[in-house]
Amino acid sequence: MDKYYDPKDLKKFGNIKEYSPELGKKFFDWYGEVFQEGALTKREKGLIALAVAHAIQCPYCIDAYTSDTLEQGCSEEELMEAVHVAGAIRGGASLVHGVQMMNKTKELLM
Amino acid sequence: MVKNPVKSLKAQKHALGETAYQIKVLNDTESIGFSMPKFREKLDEIDLFPLKPTALEILQINMGKMCNQVCNHCHVDAGPDRKEIMTRETMELCLEAIRNNNFNTVDLTGGAPEMNPNFRWFVEQIREISQDIKIIVRCNLTIIRANPKYHDLPHFYKTHNIEVVSSLPAYTESRTDAQRGNGVFKDSIKALQMLNEVGYGKEGTGLTLDLVYNPSGAFLPSGQAGLEMNFKRKLKADFDIEFNYLFAITNIPISRYLDYLIVSGNYGAYMEKLVNAYNPAAAKNVMCRNTLSIGWDGYIFDCDFNQMLDLKVACGSKHLSEFNASELVNRDIIVNQHCYGCTAGAGSSCGGEVA
Repeated sequence: MDKYYDPKDLKKFGNIKEYSPELGKKFFDWYGEVFQEGALTKREKGLIALAVAHAIQCPYCIDAYTSDTLEQGCSEEELMEAVHVAGAIRGGASLVHGVQMMNKTKELLM
Repeated sequence: MVKNPVKSLKAQKHALGETAYQIKVLNDTESIGFSMPKFREKLDEIDLFPLKPTALEILQINMGKMCNQVCNHCHVDAGPDRKEIMTRETMELCLEAIRNNNFNTVDLTGGAPEMNPNFRWFVEQIREISQDIKIIVRCNLTIIRANPKYHDLPHFYKTHNIEVVSSLPAYTESRTDAQRGNGVFKDSIKALQMLNEVGYGKEGTGLTLDLVYNPSGAFLPSGQAGLEMNFKRKLKADFDIEFNYLFAITNIPISRYLDYLIVSGNYGAYMEKLVNAYNPAAAKNVMCRNTLSIGWDGYIFDCDFNQMLDLKVACGSKHLSEFNASELVNRDIIVNQHCYGCTAGAGSSCGGEVA
């Protein structure tokens, strides 16, 4: 093993069942169910997954949900807007802590 | 990004212009990079090999390889430089087959079938044989805008109650033009508006306008119903266009699409995707089981893809001049590795999903 991330490993995702078959099965059953058409469409779920993939910076998930959303017929603009949503939430999450910083600043300053 | 070709593979004298070479590539496990099971073995697993027809219902007639477009994914390798088009004599043989059998649908394709100088005569003759038979024309849309002599095609289709099936791989310009050539999206939109103007795709007119979606890249289509909903919403909002149904079709790895896959480095991964997505339920409903495909020169094939690989039907009735329905309905359908394209996921046919 000479690198941390290998695109080929994505295809081996199912292998996590090897060390814990029951939990693995439960996870994949649940995962499959989550992405079924429901109150949200598969397409909407794919875009959410793509945004989350960027927020958690998972290269496997980015590959998987780029393919998935293209297959669902999403445009390049839609994919990038989803990434911006992830970026905005991540950036916003940092910036909203600015209020905490301001609270503390005001507490400490004369 | 792969640039749109200006010439067909044949005109380029490209190796993939040869059908035997395509079949060799499709069966070369080394070039694919993984152990790809033979398609016939997958059918064998579900007792479907040899694959047999269920009926002779659809007669799909390829009126020629001539086309005004040179699409990146074209399985016909069609284009303006292709001169192979059906003669009136061969059309007469098609008419005889229609007259003497119980096909419920005649599906006209190409190339651009409308570029055949006998296209209109042929349609009129089919209508003369039967007022009820469904006639489909696979119209590439831009032909309607290509020359003033084609501007009245929507009226012609309407007069003869033809169902129009048209390719539009995306509701965005960049994605459509990347697959079908520069300017195709704008012309397609104008053509769709012209079809809407005479009533095609409009509720209550009985004039059917269906769209074909096939991916502009190395990925599979997914969720025909969801795609249709989005196409309807976007085309209505952006261009006031309406249509009836959207058919999601998988790109079959032959001819120019095979070339695209190889050049873009996606070939092995695409084949693996197709194999992993193999769906036995789709295999049972593949279109070759109720369709016959006729080549521009009158030869008979199991489907348009086998036609483009020059895999003629495996029975004595190989040409319209020797058309024998009972022989044809009892033949073994020829399968090869490209057939994985019709059995992936929800399956794929000229009418979209099959499972």
